[in-house]
Amino acid sequence: MTFLLRRIAFYALTAWAAITLNFIVPRLLPGDPVTALMGRMQGRIDSNAEQSLRVLFGLDQDLSLWQQYTAYWAMLFRGDLGLSFTHFPTPVADIVGQALPWTVGLVGVATIIAFVLGTLVGIAIGWRRGTWADGILPVSTFFSAVPYFWVGLITITVFAVNLRWFPSNGSYDRGLVPAFTGEFVGSVIYYGFLPALTVVLSSVAGWILGMRNMMVTVSSEDYVTVAHAKGLPGHQVVLGYAARNAILPQVSSFALSLGFVVGGTLIMEMVFSYQGIGYTLYQAVSTHDYPLMQGCFLVITLSVLVANIIADFAYVALDPRTRKED
Amino acid sequence: MSAMSAKTTTAEPVLEIRDLSVDYGYGDDPTHVLRNVSLTLNRGEVLGLAGESGCGKSTLAYAATRLLAPPGIITSGEVLLTGRDGRRADLLGLTDGQLRSTRWQDVAIVFQGAMSSLNPVYRVGRQLVDGILAHRKGMPRVQAEERAAELLSMVGIPADRLRSYPHQLSGGMRQRVMIAMALALEPQVLIMDEPTTALDVVMQRQILEQVMELRDRLGFSVIFITHDVSLLVEVADRIAIMYAGEIVEQAAAGDVYRRPRHPYSHGLLGSFPPLHGPRRELSGIPGSPPDLRRLAPGCPFAARCPHVMDVCRTDRPVLGPTAFASTGPGVATAAEDGRLVACHLHAQGSGPVPKALAR
Ligand SMILES: Nc1ncnc2c1ncn2[C@@H]1O[C@H](COP(=O)(O)OP(=O)(O)OP(=O)(O)O)[C@@H](O)[C@H]1O
Ligand code: SF4
Ligand SMILES: [Mg+2]
Repeated sequence: MTFLLRRIAFYALTAWAAITLNFIVPRLLPGDPVTALMGRMQGRIDSNAEQSLRVLFGLDQDLSLWQQYTAYWAMLFRGDLGLSFTHFPTPVADIVGQALPWTVGLVGVATIIAFVLGTLVGIAIGWRRGTWADGILPVSTFFSAVPYFWVGLITITVFAVNLRWFPSNGSYDRGLVPAFTGEFVGSVIYYGFLPALTVVLSSVAGWILGMRNMMVTVSSEDYVTVAHAKGLPGHQVVLGYAARNAILPQVSSFALSLGFVVGGTLIMEMVFSYQGIGYTLYQAVSTHDYPLMQGCFLVITLSVLVANIIADFAYVALDPRTRKED
Repeated sequence: MSAMSAKTTTAEPVLEIRDLSVDYGYGDDPTHVLRNVSLTLNRGEVLGLAGESGCGKSTLAYAATRLLAPPGIITSGEVLLTGRDGRRADLLGLTDGQLRSTRWQDVAIVFQGAMSSLNPVYRVGRQLVDGILAHRKGMPRVQAEERAAELLSMVGIPADRLRSYPHQLSGGMRQRVMIAMALALEPQVLIMDEPTTALDVVMQRQILEQVMELRDRLGFSVIFITHDVSLLVEVADRIAIMYAGEIVEQAAAGDVYRRPRHPYSHGLLGSFPPLHGPRRELSGIPGSPPDLRRLAPGCPFAARCPHVMDVCRTDRPVLGPTAFASTGPGVATAAEDGRLVACHLHAQGSGPVPKALAR
């Protein structure tokens, strides 16, 4: 129980620090984004709206920093992340809320595929060292060593431009109305295939290598020898004894990589013009849309934190040694 | 035929290791760690195997059970197991399926690293049960769990410990769990590789006494591996002394202790204080075991032997009868009963055997 409480306290503190940082950093930036916005809007915003923007943006000099800070927390609790500059006056929360499912869906699924595939291959070549299967290693390592955008560009050139098997960008056929129909879902999968493939290609090697090395280490543990000596069937020794222990570090890095799904897909979404959170962040940066940037950063930070929590609890669930109590 | 009376009936081998050789490493220059080791375990007996660290005791145990991990390879030999039906089979020639069914049912082993022999992520009960169920296909799980509880109480651990994880048990408890596990299917042969070295002396004795008591009750045969000969003298029926990958002496336990025939056995006995009686000065053996990667021809003990002769540096001594005739009535010309030694001092015509080795 104390373990749980300590972890919760730790995460609460981390979340507080992240959110506070998110509050402070834009206020340290030089320049006045509201004036810049007014210039861009060329008089389409009246002075009342300008004043409320300043309040929202913490550019209101009449309020003390502390008052701004409490107001900021109040806004967060209402789910209000302010209004986007470029898509004025759409709330940032709406934009982020629309982009997030695409990223989580595409990269999340691709990450899970890469993890499962890589772990299975890692088990196989870690258990049967010195067979032809070891040849997978250099190939997959090659793909993870090549910069990500390069892998993306190559797959686009080969599969979209030359072979014309898949579209080179976008997330679904724009002629379709988003709905839960077979046609639309099929289109999403069709458009998502190439980006997912590149994510899998460039990340699977890490999983293979990690699992293989742990399998090699664990295979020489005494309890694996005992499992053999007991005359357990081969699959039970490999999965129940060797892989079951070898997967522990793998699981914690998996949960962490889920955290980077949201933040780490910037390049993929840029290469494929995919409408996820990374692409949104990219646009926000290039148009100086500070509220949107802030919203994206907040979501990314919190998702890494949530992933950490998942990693912690998954590890505790899988490894009884971490459970001090009982 | 009964296992209980094996000590008094004629010796019936249950596990016979013949000419077993093991190399570590492949390629042109492997290390020959075991060289033509032969050893016979009779039904119902406790056979002790002793020798300094690194002489190949564990390697012998692993090789005989085909658990040797790469880069270890068995280059020659046979391991004949006499089944419950009296049929003999070479373990080294079994198919994977046959080997799996022989393991744990016929030969169970408690490893040197018993501290790490339990899978840390499973409860103790599960690990006892899966071994049972692997060999008793139709057995309901509940029944296997009952058996597991019974096994734990047999080694003096309360049955509710089945729900514990290994890290929640003390070292002595883990060791006993391993012994209980090894006895789960009432094997014919139990190999124990230094089962108690990680424990304190009191715990060592306690566990050892328990094993011997269980052996009297269940009638299995034991190969007991240790580097502590004085411990063996108390529990073993016969003792084999190993040096640098070879067996150098083999005899009844009391004989090895009181009348060692090999200079190495003599030295080894001096390395440990007797458990009872006055503490003797530890003489030890000067020098250290040879590097197995670069064994010179001749006797591997030559560099440390106080009785070394010229022939020792050129010719390797082989395991054979001692220089003494049996003392029993009417068998004046037979070899000393069941004693074997690998030393040129005992070869015919090599002059009188030194006093210390002729008691
Ligand atoms: N994996 C290995 N690769 C190469 N050499 C090895 C390997 N394992 C063991 N050896 C060598 O084989 C020899 C015998 O080792 P073994 O573990 O059988 O000794 P032991 O008699 O059990 O010693 P101890 O009393 O310390 O347990 C040693 O000299 C060791 O260096
Ligand atoms: S053979 Fe020679 S060197 Fe070896 S133990 Fe006997 S006397 Fe000593
Ligand atoms: Mg050993």
